[in-house]
Amino acid sequence: MSKDSQGPLWEVFVQKKAGQPFVHCGNLHAFDKEMALQNARDLYTRRGEGMSLWVVPSTAIVASSPEDMGSFFEPSNDKIYRHPTFYQIPDGVGHM
Amino acid sequence: MGVINFEDLFEAKLAKNDMIEPKDWMPENYRKHLIRQISQHAHSEIVGMLPEGNWITRAPSLRAKLVLLAKVQDEGGHGLYLYTAAESLGISRDEMLEALLTGKAKYSSIFNYPTLTWADVGAVGWLVDGAAIMNQVMLQRTSYGPYARAMVRICKEESFHQRQGYELMTHLAFGTPAQKEMAQDALNRWWYPTLMMFGPPDSESPNSENAIKWRIKRETNDQLRQRFVNQTMPQIEYLGLTVPDKNLKWNEAKKGYDFSEPDWVEFKNVIKGNGICNKERLLSRNKSHKEGEWVRAAAMAYAKKQNENYEAA
Ligand SMILES: [Fe+2]
Ligand SMILES: [Fe+2]
Repeated sequence: MSKDSQGPLWEVFVQKKAGQPFVHCGNLHAFDKEMALQNARDLYTRRGEGMSLWVVPSTAIVASSPEDMGSFFEPSNDKIYRHPTFYQIPDGVGHM
Repeated sequence: MGVINFEDLFEAKLAKNDMIEPKDWMPENYRKHLIRQISQHAHSEIVGMLPEGNWITRAPSLRAKLVLLAKVQDEGGHGLYLYTAAESLGISRDEMLEALLTGKAKYSSIFNYPTLTWADVGAVGWLVDGAAIMNQVMLQRTSYGPYARAMVRICKEESFHQRQGYELMTHLAFGTPAQKEMAQDALNRWWYPTLMMFGPPDSESPNSENAIKWRIKRETNDQLRQRFVNQTMPQIEYLGLTVPDKNLKWNEAKKGYDFSEPDWVEFKNVIKGNGICNKERLLSRNKSHKEGEWVRAAAMAYAKKQNENYEAA
């Protein structure tokens, strides 16, 4: 970090309502976690967009890379027996 | 399996209307084009806080002050969304700020015009934000994912900006004769600068072709300008105001208005730094950046100390 900077980058996740998953909504710069949380509130929840926030240093995110997408997700492609539609259930037993 | 051609993959994604994401391969010129466009867009939001900020302390009522504060705060947020979208392309925030503060970076020419009266606050919200919305609605479907997502958020916030501006104009236009005159004067001064916001005519727009090819833009400058005039004319007529353009008239054949082009020489001059407020805007940005320096230094020192305590514990 240079001597005058905006601080490191943080990723922001918002939970819209209790019980719902936290969804990534963007990022921001801040010097520490407290400031990151306050900035996230000011930047991403000015209109009731959420009731809970997570902030995570961007450097802590580990991501799959798009070039490897094919081989990375390939193991699941041929496992159609993981889906409910793979199975035959006789008529007349009701909804299952 | 053959050798993967990244360029073909990129083209295929564009053809399918898929978004390009930060880690995807992209042509170097696409990246450069986006960095330029998104950082200029971010600078415009930040510098755009100044002409309206000029009126916060002089707003004529508490309601008006609250509204203006909320709007200017939103614009600051828009700048921040856009800076991080540009950062995802590999340019740092500090580099962008440096370019803005040294005058190397460009921003929308509109913000180099002064806000002389309270009616200008209405005209800016109604016309300037209105024109920006037209452009930003299109950009919600731009091909670069982080830019498109920032635009979706921004567009949600923008509609209040335009509506508060128009509401202000209705108060003046239906107020005393002096208020109506003030509204007309603001419209006269902001009309052509607003039309300039869509950029030079298609015939002279150097970056347009690539922007359309890469689906960064989906409509041309002239198309957006025409749509803006068509949409705005009924709003002007409702206010009982007139456009400072004798050539403006409805053209039944094209189902749109004919209108005069803005003065493109003036446009180029403002872009080059010779507008009425270019120097003032740059000075203001530099002043507040300088005044915030000790805050950033203190925050950084505090964070560093906290980290040391954490590691020692
Ligand atoms: Fe904005
Ligand atoms: Fe706005």
